[in-house]
Amino acid sequence: MNIIDTLEMEQIKKDIPRFKAGDTIKVHVKITEGEKQRIQIFQGVCIKRVNRGLGSSYTVRKMSGAIGVERIFPLHSPSIDKIEVVRVGQVRRAKLYYLRNLRGKAARISEKRMA
Amino acid sequence: MTNGLLGKKIGMSQIFAADGQRIPVTVLEVGPCTVLQKKTTDCDGYEAAQLGFQAKDSQRINKPEMGHFKKTGKGAFAHVREFELTDECAVGDQVTCAMFKPGDRIDISGTSKGKGYQGVIKRWGFSGGRATHGSMFKRRTGAIGQSAWPAKVIKGKKMAGQMGNVRVTTQNLIVVDIRPEQNLMFVRGAVPGAKNGLIEIRKGIKA
Repeated sequence: MNIIDTLEMEQIKKDIPRFKAGDTIKVHVKITEGEKQRIQIFQGVCIKRVNRGLGSSYTVRKMSGAIGVERIFPLHSPSIDKIEVVRVGQVRRAKLYYLRNLRGKAARISEKRMA
Repeated sequence: MTNGLLGKKIGMSQIFAADGQRIPVTVLEVGPCTVLQKKTTDCDGYEAAQLGFQAKDSQRINKPEMGHFKKTGKGAFAHVREFELTDECAVGDQVTCAMFKPGDRIDISGTSKGKGYQGVIKRWGFSGGRATHGSMFKRRTGAIGQSAWPAKVIKGKKMAGQMGNVRVTTQNLIVVDIRPEQNLMFVRGAVPGAKNGLIEIRKGIKA
């Protein structure tokens, strides 16, 4: 294996749960304020995953009141404490950009039935 | 020791800082280099050390070069360059990347990627003319000077020609991390030249 790949493998997190676009996830983000460190949870629907090795990322969308908020997280960032999968969604697309044009009941995603 | 040494560009990657910030880095293989010869004021008129980098098959070296390498007795080297001296060193000494530490400012010189013969738009960033509506001035240079005076084209005028494949120095690059056991060095940002290209790493003159 070449040097760059070895270097990136060192930084890749091995304990990431399986999740896809359509899943509702909780992202535990480490926030440093001065010297104190606390954890903030960002919960929402994963609308996109980008698979690019160490540069992989995912986008989480949530409705904050009536306003949609999207955050892009690097998958292997050390500032992410952990990711929790709350609900596995049943969707037919990999990128759920259509959710941006929907609100209320129309923006719901049905839960995947585990057989 | 010397104020710098030779290395090879491996490629680009990224490193996560402790606070989660992504740092773009260029991975370099730096040294070890061997001091082959010392230039002295008495003999050569200036002070410097000649460094050799990367072993080369002695079958592929011509006789005059081999004679020079034999004086050190450390085998033949593929790349040989001179560096300024900062303090004492002897012939046969090893120079490694351990001379730098994370946070240092360094200057890196290399040969930029060749782009061939390019027009003024790519080479100098000229804006060019209108593409449609009967335009006859699309990617042309335009006027290059005046008439009766100076009656010649001023030297250094930006025109089409060979782009790239020249020596480029990038100053004030930051060393992000160093791994002396693997001879690796991570530098923030881009470094001139192609992958596997030879580079010269020096202490930053602006540091």
